[in-house]
Amino acid sequence: MTPCNRTRSWCMACTVLLGAVGAGAHAQSGETRVAPTAAESARPDPGVFGSGKLILTGGVSPLEGAAGGGLTPWAVIGGQGTRDEIGASAFYTRVGVQDYHLDDIGVLVGFFNRLELSIAKQRFDTEDVGAALGLGRGFTFSQDIVGIKLRVAGDAVLAQDSWLPQFAVGIQYKRNDRGAVLDAIGARDDDGVDYYLSATKLYLDHSLLANLTLRMTRANQIGLLGFGGDRSDRHKPQLEGSIAWLLSRNVAIGAEYRMKPDNLGIAGEDDWYDAFVAWAPSRHVSLTLAWAHLGNIVIEDDQRGLYASVQIAL
Amino acid sequence: MNPTWFPRLLATAFALAAACAPARSLADENPAPAHPELLPVFDQFGGKPGLDALMDDFMIALVDDPRTRDYFAEADQKHVKAMLSEQFCVILGGPCTYTGKGMKEAHAKLKINEAVFNALVEDLQKAMDLHRIPFRAQNKLLAKLAPMHREVVTMP
Repeated sequence: MTPCNRTRSWCMACTVLLGAVGAGAHAQSGETRVAPTAAESARPDPGVFGSGKLILTGGVSPLEGAAGGGLTPWAVIGGQGTRDEIGASAFYTRVGVQDYHLDDIGVLVGFFNRLELSIAKQRFDTEDVGAALGLGRGFTFSQDIVGIKLRVAGDAVLAQDSWLPQFAVGIQYKRNDRGAVLDAIGARDDDGVDYYLSATKLYLDHSLLANLTLRMTRANQIGLLGFGGDRSDRHKPQLEGSIAWLLSRNVAIGAEYRMKPDNLGIAGEDDWYDAFVAWAPSRHVSLTLAWAHLGNIVIEDDQRGLYASVQIAL
Repeated sequence: MNPTWFPRLLATAFALAAACAPARSLADENPAPAHPELLPVFDQFGGKPGLDALMDDFMIALVDDPRTRDYFAEADQKHVKAMLSEQFCVILGGPCTYTGKGMKEAHAKLKINEAVFNALVEDLQKAMDLHRIPFRAQNKLLAKLAPMHREVVTMP
């Protein structure tokens, strides 16, 4: 809004509101009551564990446990808690592509719409590829992820008079359980840390939600193949984006894109993208289905398949 | 540079600030800012009669909802509905005049947190669904109402 416009709308506000206040004062002049009305005695639910958030505004749980889209964290704080409530959620996700599948479980707690703590456990099953590589059929890599996210500025949902997004910063510590194998394929470490900055905004008058995340990472296939490699061992900036179109109060469709580094010489890595539909049959349950393109994974190219996730939020 | 240009600008700026600043603290935000560009949305709501009918079901939902019931059950529901209908009408560019109070004044004595505010939004959404108002039209109205949380939410 230009200063000129702002001034004009203020002055309009002056005029209209002075009128409104005048009318209110006039209406009250005849009243003599001192006891509070029933409405004045009304109180919100006093519990600190609340579920006052608007439906779907807590996002769903992506692969790494922090609230957001399917592939990328958003600046929203997970769970159903508002600014004076603590919320929590749990999820299970399965991704099945031609030659692999991934099982992923996690929980998060959101404190006062400000701070989010999350943990997730991923199990990546190599199916027949494991046998082909001499690791054994159905060889799995498991990874634990502990995340913390802090909302630093803005309001994605209620501040609809500003185009400015909500910002959050986050850290994810990841530890993989297959150090020896990771060493053999050229990964430098079996644990690593991602740092990210997310900006998220609901553009309600367009029924659109947009997110952009900048992540500093050295993870190979988000850490499932370790951290750093022969090509590069440094944290590199990667962009991740989501766009969601709200179709109704409880259905959204959208698409996501996630850039990834390519650190391992023997296991080339591609960016990921998906198209999704999220459905929240109630404020406590959401289901996400996505068609995901994961590109090359180790020795199998053009991996694509279904991403299915269920989330329970309190 | 013309030497009188800058002091004159400064004086104008101060005059503007003086004119607006006290009024802002007294009257706060405009409770019914008109958005003429939303006139097509006003039509999607069925005009003023549509808004009046919507308020009947909105109030039923508010009294039915345990999170909002106590704020409305013994209120002058007829008056609240009339004021809301006027307010929404003006916001959607309709030919109405809002005769109610400012949002801050109207809610100052009430204990309203964000969860209660959101509950009210949800009840409004349900009522709008009941009246088959297109979702995108609903959101265009809600986008104008949402910023009022700054004055409606009184705690903490």
